[in-house]
Amino acid sequence: MTRIAPQDPQVLLEMIQSRLFPFPKRHFNAAQDLDPPDILALLDLADVFVELNRRTNKKLDLLKGRTQVNLFFENSTRTMSSFELAGKRLGADTVNMNPRTSSVAKGETLIDTAVTLNAMKPDLLVVRHSASGAAQLLGQKVGCSVVNAGDGQHQHPTQALLDMLSIRRAFGHVDSLTVAICGDVAHSRVARSNVILLNAMGANVRLVGPPTLIPGDADEWGVEVYHDMKAGITGANVVMMLRLQLERMDGAFIPSTREYFRYFGLDREKLAVAAPDVRVMHPGPMNRGVEIDSEVADDLSISLIQDQVEMGVAARMAVLASLAARLETDR
Amino acid sequence: MKQSQPIALVNARLIDPASDYDGLGSLILTEGVIAEVLHTAHLPSGSADMKVIDCDGKVVCPGLIDLRVKTGEPGAEPKETLKSASRAAAAGGVTSMVVQPDTDPVIDEPAMVDFILRRARDIELVHVYPAGAATKGHNGKQMAEIGLMSESGAVYFTDVENPIINSKVLARVLSYANGFNALIAHRPKEPWLSDGAVATSGEMAARMGLSGVSALAERIALERDLALVELTGARLLVDQITTAGSIKAIAQAKAKGLDVYASTSINHLVFNEIDIGDYRTFYRLDPPLRSEDDRTALVEALADGLIDVVVSNHTPLPAEDKRRPFSEAEPGAIGLQTLLAALIGLHHDRDIPLIDLLRTVTINPAQLIGLEAGRLAPGAPADLIVVDIDAPFALRESDILSKSKNSPFENRTLQGKVELTLVDGRIVYQA
Repeated sequence: MTRIAPQDPQVLLEMIQSRLFPFPKRHFNAAQDLDPPDILALLDLADVFVELNRRTNKKLDLLKGRTQVNLFFENSTRTMSSFELAGKRLGADTVNMNPRTSSVAKGETLIDTAVTLNAMKPDLLVVRHSASGAAQLLGQKVGCSVVNAGDGQHQHPTQALLDMLSIRRAFGHVDSLTVAICGDVAHSRVARSNVILLNAMGANVRLVGPPTLIPGDADEWGVEVYHDMKAGITGANVVMMLRLQLERMDGAFIPSTREYFRYFGLDREKLAVAAPDVRVMHPGPMNRGVEIDSEVADDLSISLIQDQVEMGVAARMAVLASLAARLETDR
Repeated sequence: MKQSQPIALVNARLIDPASDYDGLGSLILTEGVIAEVLHTAHLPSGSADMKVIDCDGKVVCPGLIDLRVKTGEPGAEPKETLKSASRAAAAGGVTSMVVQPDTDPVIDEPAMVDFILRRARDIELVHVYPAGAATKGHNGKQMAEIGLMSESGAVYFTDVENPIINSKVLARVLSYANGFNALIAHRPKEPWLSDGAVATSGEMAARMGLSGVSALAERIALERDLALVELTGARLLVDQITTAGSIKAIAQAKAKGLDVYASTSINHLVFNEIDIGDYRTFYRLDPPLRSEDDRTALVEALADGLIDVVVSNHTPLPAEDKRRPFSEAEPGAIGLQTLLAALIGLHHDRDIPLIDLLRTVTINPAQLIGLEAGRLAPGAPADLIVVDIDAPFALRESDILSKSKNSPFENRTLQGKVELTLVDGRIVYQA
């Protein structure tokens, strides 16, 4: 990977156009929609967007005239803002919609929503829904491109892409790195997407957590499974913490947050067994003192958590721009 | 506190199930541990300050490890305290006991585990280990702090008489405990079938007009528990099997290679439903006493090694809980003082080798909960007993050291008397 030095706007635009490629599919539903060359191409494109986002004038007109609808059935300020900024910086007209999940809980009503949307003729539809498979269902019913911004416990592929961008920028490569994904894997769409992308790019992936929070068949995902945190992060280059779904605490998955922190919370002591160059990640929002100690989360020499937020906008710009490029070729 | 003066037990019949040795021998104890095990009647030489005890051919074996003991402490001290239970244990040859967490408050957090261990240290008689609750307050809903309690010294986790009805919760408890290699003990009891029952259903209960529960209630619950073990790969101690049907299920689970162990109570090996014939509430137990066929099947399973552990299920209950009509009396019996003699009775009556019987109260429970005790080996704690296995005695109420006197063995003749009990090389009981 080559770092891009600040250059004049015209050069930057040329770099973007030279790296821009039509997305391989009409929708971006899941991490497995991408082959390694696509992943690399998206990361290279995102690198240029990072530079663009650090300039005063961040706007392009790549998506000029395009309509992007952010359809968030489930609340998520971070992800929605990230997609909204990404669209706006590319020149799209963005609209945010927050339909109440309860009124569209059934498949039929989700399809009704699709019919309504179709009538509005958007070009890009960014969907977040609490049900696994909801984005895919919408993709079958609408004429535009759908980006899955998180569906139930299934996938969150743009998060995995931004995580990989953060890792690649920190280490210069992804292959051969040992990445430990720790915590509530069972309920995590982030983990599922990351496992696929990281495996595809040649990283050694480990899943770490109590047996109640690791899916039973996870050992068949091409990862190593650990139930002991220290063993799981020993020698790891990246320790990716997951948010513990506190709202699920009454479901008897773990005894208490204090016990969870004692055995699976990331603090300096546990982190000492990781590789000397270790970087810590978290998709946010964090439960401080539950899955991660503030001392670790806020240490900028090891934490990539702020970088992840910044990379989120760039990675999503890369996805939206590539999907729009495909729309051009489809035309 | 460990004994500093060396002790030699000579001219003994050593029985050590851990090494499969049953024969003549002597032991040297120093600094609270077994220093030497000799397969000769006498020592080649001994130091001048050594105390030599001639055992006169009597049995010397590891002290008993009783995995299921209830005390009233904390919360119901008038029934039994850790101290009174410890005295009864020492007299019965029990050198380690695991107290159950269904106290008031329930032992469901590390501070409570610590409390029990601290009290036991102060009493300084036998070893006392707490079991922790599997779910908070035994509510069957929210998992207790299994990891933190393990670290504080809880040796296994159980909801005692409240089986976890919700299969999802039990699956998660088993699965979570597996991550800590923690042992879960779970009593198989189908709650709806068992509801309101005070005896095993059948001719006896019907004739006596007692509400009965089918022996099947145990097997139904057991089959579910075993299926969940298969699902989670966890370690499970099936807490008290009492029926022939359960034995078959355990045998199948073991044949499949599941990490499953079974215990039974001494009461169910010795008594049957006929014993409740006089409505004597000392025989009101939970699980209720079963048919003779079930009892015989249990004894055979014990002889075959299918039952791993025998427990006293020591449950002290004062007169006000027992001196009631049969169906209104609290279920349970004390047993720390009679566990060994009743087991030896099975040897005398059924010719089961003593070494096989002792295995279920020494090395097997020790291995299950990870104790160094329970064996006659150099370096092992000097927790030992000297027993005259032929000496007959009748247990009188006045002999009972527990605060509660609810013993079904009262006034029965037993054979096999503890003469000496040592814990960490200290003599804690002498007949």
